[in-house]
Amino acid sequence: MGKVHMRVYRGNSEGGQLKDYNVQAEEGMVVLDVIHKIQATQSSDLACRWNCKAGKCGSCSAEINGKPRLMCMTRMNEFKEDEIITVMPMKTFPIMKDLATDVSFNYEINKRIPPFTPVEGADWHWEQEDVDRVQEFRKCIECFLCQDTCHVLRDHDKMAKFAGPRFFVRIASLEMHPIDALDRTALLKNEHGIGLCNITKCCTEVCPESIHITDNAIIPLKERVVDKYYDPLRILWNKVFGK
Amino acid sequence: MSDNYQSFEYDVLVIGAGGAGLRAAIEASAAGCKTGLVCKSLLGKAHTVMAEGGIAAALATVDSRDSWQQHFVDSMIGGNLGNHWRMAQIHAQQSPDRVRELEKWGAVFDRTNDGKGNINVRHFGGHTYKRLAHVGDRTGLELIRTLQDKGVHSGIEVHMECTIYSLMKDGDRIAGAYGYFRETGRPVLFKAKSIVISTGGIGKLYFINSNSWECAGDGFGLSYLAGAELADMEYIQFHPTGMVWPPSVRGLLITEGVRGEGGVLKNNQGERFMFKYIPAKYQGKYAETEAEADAWFKKVVIDGVKEETVKERKPPELMSRDVVARALWNEIKEGRGTEHGGVYLDIASHRSAEDIKKKLPSMYHQFKQLADVDITKVPMETGPTCHYMMGGVKVDPETQMSNVPGLFAAGECAAGMHGSNRLGGNSLSDLVVFGKLAGEHAAIYAKKLRDFPKIDESKLAGLNKEMNQPFENQGGEVSYKILADLQHIMEKGAGMFREEPTMDQCLKDLEGLKERVKKVTAEGNRMFNPGWHVALDLRNMLAVGEAIVRAAKERKESRGGHTRTDFTGYSKDFAKKRVVVRQKGDKMEVVREDLPQIPKELEAELINAHMLKPEVLKQLRGEA
Amino acid sequence: MAMDVRTKRGLGVTLRKDAWWLEPLFYQCLFGGFVVYATWAALNPYGPNGKAYYEYGPYLSPMFSPFFNPDWLHKLPAWLATPALLVLWAPAGFRGTCYYYRKAYYRSIFMDPPGCAVGESCVKYQGESKFFIFQNIHRYFFYVALLFIFVLSWDAILAMMWPVNGIGPDNHSNLGPKEFGVGVGTIVMALNAYLLGGYTLGCHAFRHLVGGGLDFLRVKKNNPIRFALWSVVTKLNERHMQWALVSMLWVGFTDFYIRMCAMGVWHDVRFFGFINKIGHIFGAAT
Ligand SMILES: Cc1cc2nc3c(=O)[nH]c(=O)nc-3n(C[C@H](O)[C@H](O)[C@H](O)COP(=O)(O)OP(=O)(O)OC[C@H]3O[C@@H](n4cnc5c(N)ncnc54)[C@H](O)[C@@H]3O)c2cc1C
Ligand code: SF4
Ligand code: SF4
Ligand code: FES
Ligand code: FES
Repeated sequence: MGKVHMRVYRGNSEGGQLKDYNVQAEEGMVVLDVIHKIQATQSSDLACRWNCKAGKCGSCSAEINGKPRLMCMTRMNEFKEDEIITVMPMKTFPIMKDLATDVSFNYEINKRIPPFTPVEGADWHWEQEDVDRVQEFRKCIECFLCQDTCHVLRDHDKMAKFAGPRFFVRIASLEMHPIDALDRTALLKNEHGIGLCNITKCCTEVCPESIHITDNAIIPLKERVVDKYYDPLRILWNKVFGK
Repeated sequence: MSDNYQSFEYDVLVIGAGGAGLRAAIEASAAGCKTGLVCKSLLGKAHTVMAEGGIAAALATVDSRDSWQQHFVDSMIGGNLGNHWRMAQIHAQQSPDRVRELEKWGAVFDRTNDGKGNINVRHFGGHTYKRLAHVGDRTGLELIRTLQDKGVHSGIEVHMECTIYSLMKDGDRIAGAYGYFRETGRPVLFKAKSIVISTGGIGKLYFINSNSWECAGDGFGLSYLAGAELADMEYIQFHPTGMVWPPSVRGLLITEGVRGEGGVLKNNQGERFMFKYIPAKYQGKYAETEAEADAWFKKVVIDGVKEETVKERKPPELMSRDVVARALWNEIKEGRGTEHGGVYLDIASHRSAEDIKKKLPSMYHQFKQLADVDITKVPMETGPTCHYMMGGVKVDPETQMSNVPGLFAAGECAAGMHGSNRLGGNSLSDLVVFGKLAGEHAAIYAKKLRDFPKIDESKLAGLNKEMNQPFENQGGEVSYKILADLQHIMEKGAGMFREEPTMDQCLKDLEGLKERVKKVTAEGNRMFNPGWHVALDLRNMLAVGEAIVRAAKERKESRGGHTRTDFTGYSKDFAKKRVVVRQKGDKMEVVREDLPQIPKELEAELINAHMLKPEVLKQLRGEA
Repeated sequence: MAMDVRTKRGLGVTLRKDAWWLEPLFYQCLFGGFVVYATWAALNPYGPNGKAYYEYGPYLSPMFSPFFNPDWLHKLPAWLATPALLVLWAPAGFRGTCYYYRKAYYRSIFMDPPGCAVGESCVKYQGESKFFIFQNIHRYFFYVALLFIFVLSWDAILAMMWPVNGIGPDNHSNLGPKEFGVGVGTIVMALNAYLLGGYTLGCHAFRHLVGGGLDFLRVKKNNPIRFALWSVVTKLNERHMQWALVSMLWVGFTDFYIRMCAMGVWHDVRFFGFINKIGHIFGAAT
């Protein structure tokens, strides 16, 4: 087998540039293997995150040839043999070093989402169909690729006003839980800025867990916001029937 | 190089944010203690996230015959009586509550389809009944996410990407921990009244393993160097089904759920070989012909018939891991393996493509994406992979405290619960059961202390210098090279099969490595530098490696995860002993201690209830 | 100092190597083409001598259905006085506020973003929280669209009733009894109603209305009907994009087909109903 050509971003908060590496190819390699090989044989201080190497932990997010993806789930044989493969850190978040970025923004948002709060005296028996929706959202591995690709954060820097797709998924998992007692609709509209999302679905396209972020989480939540704030008949109905 | 360290104070400091650490921190915080949590990765990425199959608890939602007693017996027999009986008992008794508690905190388990809407449970090796609560094949993710969300909303302070390098003591008792932030390389001191170690396993000591880079045995090394005793270090679980091809995924786990859902093991002649390997302790409990196994499978798994009404017995693929792994190894050794040195695991012939995708979605994707194999059509290739450390810090079963006052341990890095072999699903339940206990007792201990123990801060400069050494060293090797050699040495000397001469050689090789580690070199600076991080991890890894080999040399019999080719079979002399390793001066001391035995009344009760067979007890005690 | 590739921004800035611009280009052509055709068709309901181009015998173009031609309409400037004006606002409003179309035109027309992980020109961005807040009216358009499915289905049924006395030069059916018959146009119109149904019933607002708004507790036991409805709508919704595009193109084609018949460019092929008698009875009753 031949060599593979990688162009990896090296740098930190002060700046950086792309650096070329040539590595001996092996059967079945993924991009993360190549990065590891670079660490072992050429640049032991090349920073990158990983844990499971099986697409389960969401640590190894990066941008490969410009596309936000997991390095451990991107096979090298997807690329042409002499192609130069560019690996960049996620663009939306501040860089720490090389491929590692500072994703603390996401952890801060999560703290501001009121946690699961069961109805008092709830009945804990329910059917699979009752939780299928919620389980889809709970598949999220927090790779933050959706956050990275969402243009509201990526290009418009609305970190202060916009929670981002990952956290709409999180809120959806709570709001649609059969026995959750809280109503987070006001929060969604005001603090988490769901109105800023223009449903362009880039988040759905990059999600490695194939969660239908836009169709199953964001849009249904938007409809709930409409119920509460924009639909005059519905608002009237709720007033009359006291909801 | 920065000598100026950051400093924090906590009543309870939890090291490790896997299932055990998070559960401990939640408990300590709920008890009113100021609680800190440190972990090497980002929060929610700990190795627990990879657990797939499920969490074992005698909920009896599907099979009403299940009980804590049966779970206890299964764990003890699965562990070949090497378990601390009391831990196994606490575990079996408390795990159902812990699982229900997870649900109250927001975990969403799969449901039964009998119209009652209970938590569904599935089969796993060595469990008599269906017992594993699960969420598809991503149970670990559900567990860690639930605990993480619970944790961040209960006031725990989390320090992510921070590695603890050394535990600090005040005289005999624990006083704090010292380490560095991975991003900046800046040192940090945590003063603490009590510490819970929950740093997970040791998989990274072996070349073929199913673990993440975090599993470098830190907790074992840290505790050992702080004077704690380690027990059962010879018991290492090699999971029978790891991927073998392509090389880049070698060792990656294929969940036992594949066998639970109908996967069968075959050799290169197409023979379903497990029927040949049913050991005496499982005789009569597993199917003896293919027809019987298939009939059981069709009734119980496909048609959902209640198992108690089925006369056929389970397929032998569902025996405990040590048994299956040894069988596999034997087939491969005797030349009946596959082209890449594994055996076949075939589910395509037993389930429809649709079922496979629904029941085992991540396995389907794992093979499709990483190996170009469609498991709904062709069999997988599989071979043993280093998976789990049964041994660890020796703790008191009721409080989880080690012999060092104020130092607690829980999860994979604590010893006793699983004996010589862990049953699938028993780890996740171990994490929450003993995580809770550790947190609770660490809080009680911390509350008893009025003042913080004293830390001799003059020692810190020395430690920092030690950490900085790889940058000072000139012309040494890169850490990755040494790590790879270590992995091969361990694989050879203390792998699945062990014998005196290779272990002696292994010890010598480890000595050699120690010298190389002293000269290990790191390039660049302290900012997010993986090469440097690995260089620092090597110290713990060497200590753990040595402990494993020395313990393995001491146990001159074969039991569960410890198989010796020069001492096959159970030995009477070792059945009631556990091997303990501790530091004496700068030497490692190995001693044999009495292993507490199941009380006579309990034993009699279980025998009367037909859960435990006296012959089996005799046999496992080497008395048969 | 060399520009840092990481921080570079602006319209079209990306390291993607694939032809990401193909998608917006495709939609620009598709939507542009459709809008041009629809406008032209709407503004040209009649040919020379008052010849109707929007209908041909029993066939009525969906762009003009339900057909109204009130007197006041003709007080408007002549070029604007088309019956389509009274119809098209509804489908236009429905599609214009449809979640799928929004995605498509925010991307391809507003270039916000032009593609995933592709840079854009950073104007002041408010998403759907300020100007585009009107999109929240979508469910009301949905209610109207629901009526349209009935109207267009009825049109398809009427398209099976042929005037025994033939079609006049102005393309209206001649007076007199009707008989059952099916022509290519009938099938085109039926398909149109079907496709619109598939598109409309897969609407996100509808999905929310029938069951999505519930938290689903014990849905099987307490809300079996809503659960079933929700499941069906969800199935349709999974292919909402495909339904949206095909139904849009088919509306255009239906109009085009009828127009071509009306202009005499081609002849509608008619298969008569195999039980012609029943056709007569049916026709006589109308
Ligand atoms: C692929 C796979 C599948 C599995 N499936 C199952 C299953 O289905 N059922 C089951 O019961 N078990 C399963 N297991 C086993 C189970 O997942 C683990 O045993 C368990 O998760 C260990 O949890 P833990 O909390 O002890 O440690 P871990 O989850 O390993 O967490 C260790 C934590 O300690 C931190 N840490 C380590 N060293 C340091 C240090 N020096 N300083 C600071 N922090 C440190 C790490 O950052 C991490 O946060 C599986 C294991 C694997 C590998
Ligand atoms: S659909 Fe919304 S959240 Fe998702 S990427 Fe687009 S704007 Fe962001
Ligand atoms: S929703 Fe998908 S893309 Fe976003 S963080 Fe979760 S797994 Fe990643
Ligand atoms: S390393 Fe876990 S997702 Fe890639
Ligand atoms: S969402 Fe497309 S029609 Fe309503």
